[in-house]
Amino acid sequence: MDIDHDTLVGFAKSWGLFYFIGFSVCVVIYAFWPGNRRKFDDAKRNILGEDDRPWQ
Amino acid sequence: MSEVYGESGMVQQLTTGERQNALVIIVCVFVVGIAMAAAGGSDPLGVHGVIVLLFGAGLAALVMRSYYEPEPTQDRPSHYYDDPTKVGIALTLAWAIFGMFMGVWTAAQLAWPDLAFDAPWSTFGRLRPTHTTGVIFGFGGNALIATSFHVVQRTSRARLAGQVSPWFVLLGFNLFCVLAVTGYFMGVTQSKEYAEAEWYADLWLVVVWVTYFVLFLRTIARRKEPHIYVANWYYMAFIVVVAILHIVNNLAIPVSFGQAKSYTIWAGVQDSMVQWWYGHNAVAFFLTAGFLAMLYYYLPVRAQRPIFSYRLSILSFWGITFFYMWAGSHHLHYTALPHWVQNLGMTFSVMLLVPSWASAGNALLTLNGAWQKVRDDATLRFIFVAVIFYGLSTFEGSFLAIRPVNALSHYTDWTVGHVHAGALGWVAFITFGSIYTLVPSLWKRERMYSPVLVEVHFWLAVAGTLIYVFAMWNSGILQGLMWRTYTQEGTLAYSFLDSLVAMYPYYIARAFGGLLFLLGAIVAAFNIWMTVRAVPATVDRRTDVPETGLAPGAAATPAE
Repeated sequence: MDIDHDTLVGFAKSWGLFYFIGFSVCVVIYAFWPGNRRKFDDAKRNILGEDDRPWQ
Repeated sequence: MSEVYGESGMVQQLTTGERQNALVIIVCVFVVGIAMAAAGGSDPLGVHGVIVLLFGAGLAALVMRSYYEPEPTQDRPSHYYDDPTKVGIALTLAWAIFGMFMGVWTAAQLAWPDLAFDAPWSTFGRLRPTHTTGVIFGFGGNALIATSFHVVQRTSRARLAGQVSPWFVLLGFNLFCVLAVTGYFMGVTQSKEYAEAEWYADLWLVVVWVTYFVLFLRTIARRKEPHIYVANWYYMAFIVVVAILHIVNNLAIPVSFGQAKSYTIWAGVQDSMVQWWYGHNAVAFFLTAGFLAMLYYYLPVRAQRPIFSYRLSILSFWGITFFYMWAGSHHLHYTALPHWVQNLGMTFSVMLLVPSWASAGNALLTLNGAWQKVRDDATLRFIFVAVIFYGLSTFEGSFLAIRPVNALSHYTDWTVGHVHAGALGWVAFITFGSIYTLVPSLWKRERMYSPVLVEVHFWLAVAGTLIYVFAMWNSGILQGLMWRTYTQEGTLAYSFLDSLVAMYPYYIARAFGGLLFLLGAIVAAFNIWMTVRAVPATVDRRTDVPETGLAPGAAATPAE
């Protein structure tokens, strides 16, 4: 099979698009997964802690 | 000063073994410098060889002078490693003053061409990249490295995963910047925008950057916090993508190993595409992702409010990371680049508005309910203005990427105004806001030396940015319109020279705006210098010890 300009355009317009949509669906699921809520809440609050030493 | 800046204090943080490792690396650099000087001879490569060997010799002298100083105490791992961040902030400010001064000078040359003084090294073409490299890589790059070392440790609750490597990254990066800038004065350039440095400097940056990447990953791998905070994702994207961009865009074959000149392996329109894929992602991942990392850390810390929506920060992270990659071709509208590639770049540029405004909105909603803090605290106001300009310039960027709009704006000062709305209004404001947040806590001071001077800097910077951006909007749109105005006979109504004469007042205004911004940076450097050396240290900020359940001081014993 020749890989010419049209092949690359076809690939970009089909699989490139599916890959993008698939990826964005995964990101949305990850962001809204109920089990992650506590982890995210902890993450955003923990940076405000006053302590300035590494945890051992 | 010696306890904060002195090299003996810095070297004392290294064990004897680490001092030896540092010396071995320095000797290697020194030897490479000798080889470059010998191979280059009178070519600019030879001059750069001398610079490299002097750089190595200077560092070797610093390490050897303190070589027999006592070793660090046993509790070193129970502290964060902030020495490289402190030096990084000093370098950030030094490059800011240099880079912004070169900007004011080149801006003044456009209004008064006599300021080139008839010397080859001081022509506009050679000075301009010293400004862009000085502010983007010197000022921005050092700020990114310094803050990334600070943020990754705090958010991971882990010390940096190396003692010598942070210095290698910081100083190695600055050697790259010095080689780049000194090369421009001698006429060395690859003629690729924001990638002007030649092949040997590029190879060196690859080594430095891979070390940075490994150091950052190993520090995150050490984290005690289970979740990787979103700021680190942005820093990681910045490091990874800049490595890829830098390598691909700078693939080149030198004329010989004794000459600075090289030729890119890319040909024709492919070269243009690779260059602007690089160029726009340098904006995206050098000038946006890393600075968003600063925003997501220093904004909540300064406002003492958690980010409005953590979920939104994740969504906008992936949006920005994936959309930006495809936007570069909007720099090549109406060129030999295939039409569908231009369309692709235009579409992704417009879509980019969504994750960009998601970040800006997230930041503003974080401040919502704390507006009195924004009013009273100039540092927080720096961050607030940065967010406003981020929202503004991302909107403008999406707009300018639309092909018919680009027909008016391309090659005009509108582009320059857009870039500076981003670089001054967003990048420099978030950097100064972060530095003013960082400096008192890093040097354990109660506050900045002079809050009044922070206010002075803020208003100088706001005035400078507004004057600059409005001048360029006016001149840009005027240029665009003059270049496309036809007479009734169908010929162009204005010559290029006519448009040049019309620019004169705007160019003066632009140089003045830049001058105000430079003055602000000098005020900042003075204020930070005085904070470091003048204000007495706070009693002890460590009333707050790690959650080991042990008494203060006992934290040094590993609890695992």
